[in-house]
Amino acid sequence: MRINCPICGDRDRREFYYLGAADYLNRPAEGDLDGIHKYLHIRENPAGVTKDLWHHESGCSSWLVVERNATTHEIHSVTLASEVAK
Amino acid sequence: MGYNAFQVLKEGLTGNKGWRPVWRDPEPKSDYDVIIIGGGGHGLATAYYLAKNHGITNIAVLERGYIGGGNVGRNTTIVRANYFLPGNSEFYSHSLKLWENMEQELNFNTMHSARGLINLFHTDGQRDAFARRGNMMCNQGDDAILLDRDGVRKHLPYLDFDNHRFPVYGGLYHPRGGTARHDAVAWGYAHAADRLGVDLIQQCEVTGIDVRDGKVQGVETTRGAIRANRVGIVVAGRSSQVAAMAGVDVPIESHILQAFVTEGLKPTVDHVVSFGMGHFYLSQSDKGGLVFGGDLDFYASYAQRGNLPMMEHVMEAGMSLVPALGKAKVLRSWGGIMDMTPDGSFIIDRTKVDGLYMDCGWCYGGFKAVPASGWCMAHLMAEDAPHEVAKKHTFDRFRTGHGLMDEEGTGSQHNLH
Ligand SMILES: Cc1cc2nc3c(=O)[nH]c(=O)nc-3n(C[C@H](O)[C@H](O)[C@H](O)COP(=O)(O)OP(=O)(O)OC[C@H]3O[C@@H](n4cnc5c(N)ncnc54)[C@H](O)[C@@H]3O)c2cc1C
Ligand SMILES: [Zn+2]
Repeated sequence: MRINCPICGDRDRREFYYLGAADYLNRPAEGDLDGIHKYLHIRENPAGVTKDLWHHESGCSSWLVVERNATTHEIHSVTLASEVAK
Repeated sequence: MGYNAFQVLKEGLTGNKGWRPVWRDPEPKSDYDVIIIGGGGHGLATAYYLAKNHGITNIAVLERGYIGGGNVGRNTTIVRANYFLPGNSEFYSHSLKLWENMEQELNFNTMHSARGLINLFHTDGQRDAFARRGNMMCNQGDDAILLDRDGVRKHLPYLDFDNHRFPVYGGLYHPRGGTARHDAVAWGYAHAADRLGVDLIQQCEVTGIDVRDGKVQGVETTRGAIRANRVGIVVAGRSSQVAAMAGVDVPIESHILQAFVTEGLKPTVDHVVSFGMGHFYLSQSDKGGLVFGGDLDFYASYAQRGNLPMMEHVMEAGMSLVPALGKAKVLRSWGGIMDMTPDGSFIIDRTKVDGLYMDCGWCYGGFKAVPASGWCMAHLMAEDAPHEVAKKHTFDRFRTGHGLMDEEGTGSQHNLH
């Protein structure tokens, strides 16, 4: 699998660290315990198009939101997380 | 049909014409007392123990593919009871005891082989951790022996003991650990459940779950609607999709685990061996193939095939532990969909829907759990109360943080196990 980093270009999967579902960008309010439980543990886990967070660890060090298909491993889009979170 | 030496002899002499299918192929009825979704090891064992231990025989097991086509037929077949934490410890201990009597119980040769398992260590810190784990195993009533370097050498002369980065310091030996023939376990439970009257319905995908007033009514399938007021979801890597049909949220992320097998070789690897540095483990199948694997691919996936970087990592780890491995030709590699939980331990629990139960979150270690999982899930579904050895394995532990079972001590969060 190769990921097209918006800054570095097309790179091998080995350069990236996978964190998990892009839900991690939606941090719940402090004190919202139910929200924190969902945020940390509950996953939609789709068998199809999914969005997740990858860190370009051995490259530019950007956090990326990768939209891809979890069944075919096809990658649809790669966006800087800082833009998605804006 | 019962299997015994006399049958084998008789059939052998009469052209093997008398064998019957190992289970029936019934049409689904319109209703059952219990429906089990998923005909993997856990679903089949649940159905078997519901019938055997609880006298409930009007059961359908609904399998979307074929019996043995899921992870139960894709794993590396390691069976062990070397867990550390309360909750896991008693559960896997119970499971190993059931393994030891499985062939008699099911009247099926599952080729269970207690060939011994050795987990190697390579640092002083690891030695201490393994000594502690070994004590926990002994306290649980299971077996563990701490081997020093020479002790390991007697069992595993083919290791690279003097590897500069990862010298072998010793190993934790678990003599009752071993392997079994994975699909024979599926066939054995299928055969035994069928004989007790359970309907095994293949090519029948569950596409919806009927819930009315918070109670389960039955399921929709590709072969029509089937009613039951007790339904068990036992679908491993597909847990999220099936739970969502009933509006149930689960703390699961599906990941791929790969495995590899070489051409058949003369017997060389007598045990199951695991490397303590770099994830790698190895055994030899009865056909002679070296069976080995490593870590997850480490991103959510349903592809049932692995990626090349992990393949490379596994080969490198294998070569550093057993340099001779480089002479063998790898024949096949494959992957299975693992239902990963945040703490790396499983769930056998009720859901918010009355009559709907779940058995899931087996991560990469659910083969050894097949008998005890079936036993405990059957107990939960028959009595509506958790079995003693599985009562800590609830959904709620993630919400409350109480009773998390993180064997690796890496934290209770996705992507850490
Ligand atoms: C490469 C690999 C190596 C492994 N090694 C080991 C090991 O050495 N030791 C160990 O203990 N464990 C190991 N495991 C883990 C173990 O195989 C699994 O945890 C265990 O098999 C999962 O339970 P199961 O057998 O019930 O799953 P499965 O066999 O996957 O059964 C689930 C079934 O549900 C069916 N299903 C899904 N959705 C639906 C639907 N909508 N309707 C109807 N049916 C449905 C599927 O078709 C499938 O047959 C390994 C796994 C893999 C992939
Ligand atoms: Zn980059």
